[in-house]
Amino acid sequence: MRMHRRTVLALAVFTGLTAPSLALAADDTIKIGLLATFEGPFTVLGEDGERGAMTAVAEMNGTVAGKKVEIVKGSSDASPDSAVRAARKLVEQDGVKVLVGPLSGDEGIAVKDYAKTQPNVTFINGTSAAQDTTLRDPAENFFRFSTDGAQWMAGLGTYAFNDKGYKKVATVAEDYSFPYTQVFGFMAEFCKAGGHVPSKSWVPIGNKDFSSVIAAIPEDVDAIYVALGGADAVNFLTQYQQGGGSAPLIGGSITVDQTVLTSKGKLRDVLKGTPSAGPTADTNDAPAWKTFVEAYKKQPGAFPSPSLFAHGYYVDMKATLLGLDQVGGDVSDGGKKLRDALSKLSFDTPTGKVSLDKNRNAIADIFLTEVTEGADGNLMNKLVKVVPQVNQTLGIPEDEFMKLGAVNRDNPSCP
Amino acid sequence: MSLLDQPSSSSLSGGGTTRGQAWGLVGLLAAAVMAWLVFAVWPDWLNAILISKKAFVSAILNGITLAGLYFLVASGFTLIFGLMRNVNLAHGSLYLLGAYIGYEVTNRTGYWLLGVAAGFAVLAIVGVVMQVFVFRRLEGDDLRQTLVSIGISIVAADLMLAVWAGGTYQIATPEWLDGALTLPIITAVRSNGVSVFLTYPLYRVVVLAAAIVIGVGLWLMLHKTRVGMMIRAGVDDRAMLQASGVNVHAVFAIVFAVGAGLAGFAGVVGGSALSVAPGEDVRYLLASLVVVIVGGMGSITGAAIGALLIGLAEQIGLVYFPTYGIVLTFVIMVVTLAVRPQGIMGKAR
Repeated sequence: MRMHRRTVLALAVFTGLTAPSLALAADDTIKIGLLATFEGPFTVLGEDGERGAMTAVAEMNGTVAGKKVEIVKGSSDASPDSAVRAARKLVEQDGVKVLVGPLSGDEGIAVKDYAKTQPNVTFINGTSAAQDTTLRDPAENFFRFSTDGAQWMAGLGTYAFNDKGYKKVATVAEDYSFPYTQVFGFMAEFCKAGGHVPSKSWVPIGNKDFSSVIAAIPEDVDAIYVALGGADAVNFLTQYQQGGGSAPLIGGSITVDQTVLTSKGKLRDVLKGTPSAGPTADTNDAPAWKTFVEAYKKQPGAFPSPSLFAHGYYVDMKATLLGLDQVGGDVSDGGKKLRDALSKLSFDTPTGKVSLDKNRNAIADIFLTEVTEGADGNLMNKLVKVVPQVNQTLGIPEDEFMKLGAVNRDNPSCP
Repeated sequence: MSLLDQPSSSSLSGGGTTRGQAWGLVGLLAAAVMAWLVFAVWPDWLNAILISKKAFVSAILNGITLAGLYFLVASGFTLIFGLMRNVNLAHGSLYLLGAYIGYEVTNRTGYWLLGVAAGFAVLAIVGVVMQVFVFRRLEGDDLRQTLVSIGISIVAADLMLAVWAGGTYQIATPEWLDGALTLPIITAVRSNGVSVFLTYPLYRVVVLAAAIVIGVGLWLMLHKTRVGMMIRAGVDDRAMLQASGVNVHAVFAIVFAVGAGLAGFAGVVGGSALSVAPGEDVRYLLASLVVVIVGGMGSITGAAIGALLIGLAEQIGLVYFPTYGIVLTFVIMVVTLAVRPQGIMGKAR
């Protein structure tokens, strides 16, 4: 009996000595993977995405449900395979149970497919905005609180046709799923209003020399719709200006984003007055937005105003933290409780209320904007109109919307 | 001996339709078709096939200007290889560093030409330093030199990322290079009989002109000066050149200075036409590798021909089949390797 007791005591002491180090790691911190493009053509975009995510973490003082938040970063270069590689590293080597990201359209579709093979890990989108990440064949454990590229275009097609009077528009966009989605969102309204799109140019991502593409745009169009991001947008706009381009532009969401507007050079002249739409507006004077801008500016290297990447990563990281808070930071059940909490989550963001639909895609407010020069000389997206609570099917009944078919180079079409 | 030598050699012999004359006829015909395509007003069916005359002619012009840029980068690459058997895989990094330096100088002084000069001068010095402190120590060890140059390019890329971050920079061109030039090429005739002329960015014409001037200058230097003679002799037989009392190391340093300086110059000029961002180093390294493989290692004329082929292929591909455009470049390379492995102007060794 005594012997037995002593053994138990010894065991207890032994466990007491060894366990704390294990328990500390497991109980006092929560690891969250952060996947963004820290290399390649979208580097600047990824860096701003990180600022947005860190703003959300800072807002919660770096803790959730009494546990310390540990961010593990993964880097991709906007290609789907690099995103999956980075996600695998975060999940399989670093052992994260919650992952926020990725940033770009094709990456989102690839990570969604990877998510299906990791049912115990919860994936929350970054800013990737291809339609089919959530609309067709979604993954049960992939959540998007940041809306998709077609939703971002809400109101723009009608505005271009009715208010700007453009009847014929040519499009120039990168050749992958996100710009397909943006062009779809724009054309859905523009064609319905009676407009025509006689020419669509799809260019490879990372293309440098756009002058031949610019020359191939028909001369009789009223405006050019441009959905290019980062360095691609800067190159296109500069060469358009150099080539003496005169047709007005209509901007895709990331084409007139802070990541492009803050570039130095003469492209500023061709951008002024460009209408666009997206999940943010720089001159939004809602108090919640202003508070967010101030918090964002505390991040190192911040832009004068947060880009849509900072916003998207902020919203998704905030949702993640709110979800984790509700379940007390407990993901030991394979994240089941967390996913239930996220599905039902509805919260107020700096840009209005966000909630999820049955495919776990966000329903949120969209902002119609126009590029203007601010008092301090920085280019800003001036708020023209708010389109409230846009859903993924753009207000069209779901069965009708599905009949429009999957977005691609040739769909939709109204020459 | 080679296919390209034949027209001149056999047409001299005369008598009957030789193979050379046939080739000449084909060339003339191609030139005539090209001239018609550029200067005639296109019928509707042709517009329907090739999108529009404006698109086609612009693609050709852009291909030629892009070729000018590729030539500037590749000529240094090919010279260094020809003389030293040293595949300098850090050549792309020289391009990118030149572009960043050009950006900094232009931004601070406000003079674009000063930026261009700085791009050339600083990179020429960097080239000499690389030659003296790195490659001279590994002389005669080709494989190790190549591996070291890969190492340098990786370190340089990360250092540049640390200094200039991941942003996209645009080197501001001066006012007098802005705007577009109206070329005497009619692209379309409006219904009221007014002709629409082709406009083309003035800056690109200047890039092309600069490339041609430098190309001719290089050719003259190689063929009409004493240094050029030494370089050519070194390309053919390095040991013999050394044996005849020439300071080979000085010649190596000059070639490295010119090659690296040209890459820096191209960086500033290219960074003004397009933009400067991380990743450009690899892109231009790859472009010059393809250009040099197609044109023939060690030949300036070959670099010009290779650059023209690759530039045109890239631009025409971009307009007519954008998704598969990049394949066209490599098809040209594969065909060259299969038919003429030493490159179009290369010497069989």
